[in-house]
Amino acid sequence: MKKVIKILTQNFDRDDSHTLETYTKTGGYQAVRKVLGKIAPESVIEEVKRSNLRGLGGAGFPTGMKWSFISKPPKKPVYLLINGDEGEPGTFKDRTIMTRDPHRLIEGVLLASYALGAHAAYIYVRGEFTFCMEALGKAIEEAKEAGYLGKNILKSGFDLDVYVHPGAGAYICGEETALIESLEGKPGRPRNKPPFPAVVGVFGCPTIVNNVETIAHVPQILLNGADWFAKIGSDRNGGTRLFSVSGHVKRPGVYELPMGTPLREILYEHAGGIIGDIPLKGVIPGGSSAPILRPEEIDVGMDFDQLAKIGSMGGSGGIIAMAEGTCMVWALHNLARFYAHESCGQCSPCREGTGWAEKVLRRIEGGHGTASDIELLEKIAKGMSARTICPLADACALPILSYLQKYRDEFEAHVREKRCPVRPKRAA
Amino acid sequence: MSPEVLAFSKEAQAELESILQAYPTKQACLLPVLHLVQREFGYISDPVAEAVAGLLDIPLAVAVEVLTFYTLFARRPQAKYVIQVCRGLSCALLGQEELLVYLKNRLKIKEGEMTPDGLFELKTVECLGGCGESPVVRINETYYELQTIDRLGSVLNELSKGPKREA
Ligand SMILES: Cc1cc2nc3c(=O)[nH]c(=O)nc-3n(C[C@H](O)[C@H](O)[C@H](O)COP(=O)(O)O)c2cc1C
Ligand code: SF4
Ligand code: FES
Repeated sequence: MKKVIKILTQNFDRDDSHTLETYTKTGGYQAVRKVLGKIAPESVIEEVKRSNLRGLGGAGFPTGMKWSFISKPPKKPVYLLINGDEGEPGTFKDRTIMTRDPHRLIEGVLLASYALGAHAAYIYVRGEFTFCMEALGKAIEEAKEAGYLGKNILKSGFDLDVYVHPGAGAYICGEETALIESLEGKPGRPRNKPPFPAVVGVFGCPTIVNNVETIAHVPQILLNGADWFAKIGSDRNGGTRLFSVSGHVKRPGVYELPMGTPLREILYEHAGGIIGDIPLKGVIPGGSSAPILRPEEIDVGMDFDQLAKIGSMGGSGGIIAMAEGTCMVWALHNLARFYAHESCGQCSPCREGTGWAEKVLRRIEGGHGTASDIELLEKIAKGMSARTICPLADACALPILSYLQKYRDEFEAHVREKRCPVRPKRAA
Repeated sequence: MSPEVLAFSKEAQAELESILQAYPTKQACLLPVLHLVQREFGYISDPVAEAVAGLLDIPLAVAVEVLTFYTLFARRPQAKYVIQVCRGLSCALLGQEELLVYLKNRLKIKEGEMTPDGLFELKTVECLGGCGESPVVRINETYYELQTIDRLGSVLNELSKGPKREA
């Protein structure tokens, strides 16, 4: 096992980790003192580029590169939006930063805003997380009083206001253009691209959307340098990330580990192995949208590129383990039902496809399916891929295709035996 | 300024002022204001929706479209305790279905229904973002994690002791 490196969670075991006092005592707001008014915004962006920081919201897009899409000098005000919608099933990590170390996020917001030339930032928090909004609200007040937010921050001449915005229960608002619509007070329906948010985003202005965890990494990157961060991770995937581990493991929870840590190590060392020491049947490596992996595939290094190479994805870092005894048709039906429920309905392949997939899966799972239903399911999934406004349709199609490919015999057994041949519910 | 239907408490009035200052457009205030009025009045009735639309200078149709798009806004009076059972995959893997059956039997209601005394309402919801402590049940704004039938039973016993919802 590699040596333990904690960046985001270094203060989590302190009772008062959320306070300004603890944060400043442990090096907090030092990066702001080093950077604001002293290092040029372009050099900050360069440093973040070199750090290999990747977007940890799902897509893994290189953060520094994303920031460089804001044209300079801007013709309109620039906005920074922080994505704290945390809706991807199996993901529960951003909430830990918002509640247990909100100042790390605020300092990151401050540094990113400085680099982008933004003077207003909104943290969009999923509506159910009222405890996160409270914690952030208090931390913002503390930071304002200490002079880290507001006008002429630390006499640098830089101004920034940070606001917390509540979501209202819609998974799709985690998609960045839906989030922008939602912030504008509209239904969260994704926008057609182009124009990209960096050109026309919220309120018609250039906008960058970044995940909570991504931005919380920025202070330490600027304090310790891009090379330090890049070295911690794997090739082209800098630093650590927070893996949310759930399902049939003995010690579920959030684990901060270097990018590229093998999935086997996460499951069997950090998360303690499978409940009851039952064999693993399958594992979702990056939130429910990620294609599933079979037990023989878990030596993969958990970063965006290595997972893409084996046909899955890093996504949100949400790992869901399923032990032998779990019915894969049942599990897939659970996911399809989720996507059918959350489709915003704008694109017919998505609206119809997710709905049909849910119905067909319900039929197969209930023992009422026919052999042609399996083919139908495959056709539906292919028909909804890569032809919609946002990636939600693919987020449903990719898992369907992977379950069909990797556990096909189980689908066939349901049809043949006209019942669920596996114990349909929990394994342990 | 605010019409009579929006008779706010002092704290709510102060919150409203700070919401109005936080955004460059009035419509952007819609979600936070809807949350605020729902906290104040328990749900968002037609007159309240109309008053909010008036306050923010947006057509009523737009306000209603937004209201209905998002699942957290209630259009009718709620039970005192709204029980939200997570049916996401991680919770389902660890016994959520049994919890739901237990709740239906104990409360003698189906999903989407309210007990006749107005105390409990039962809902299933998508992943609550607490999968590390599955199965998760949220009651009003409180998360109850690592639930078992026994634990959930005691929570309900405790909640049943309080006064019922005012008529
Ligand atoms: C359907 C859908 C849901 C998403 N949900 C989230 C979410 O809850 N949180 C998040 O940070 N990103 C989410 N994303 C990814 C965002 O669109 C966006 O890529 C991300 O916020 C960018 O930040 P990053 O570059 O720092 O990762 C979602 C994407 C899609 C397509
Ligand atoms: S793909 Fe689905 S969720 Fe995305 S915009 Fe189209 S209908 Fe909406
Ligand atoms: S699946 Fe229930 S909290 Fe995520």
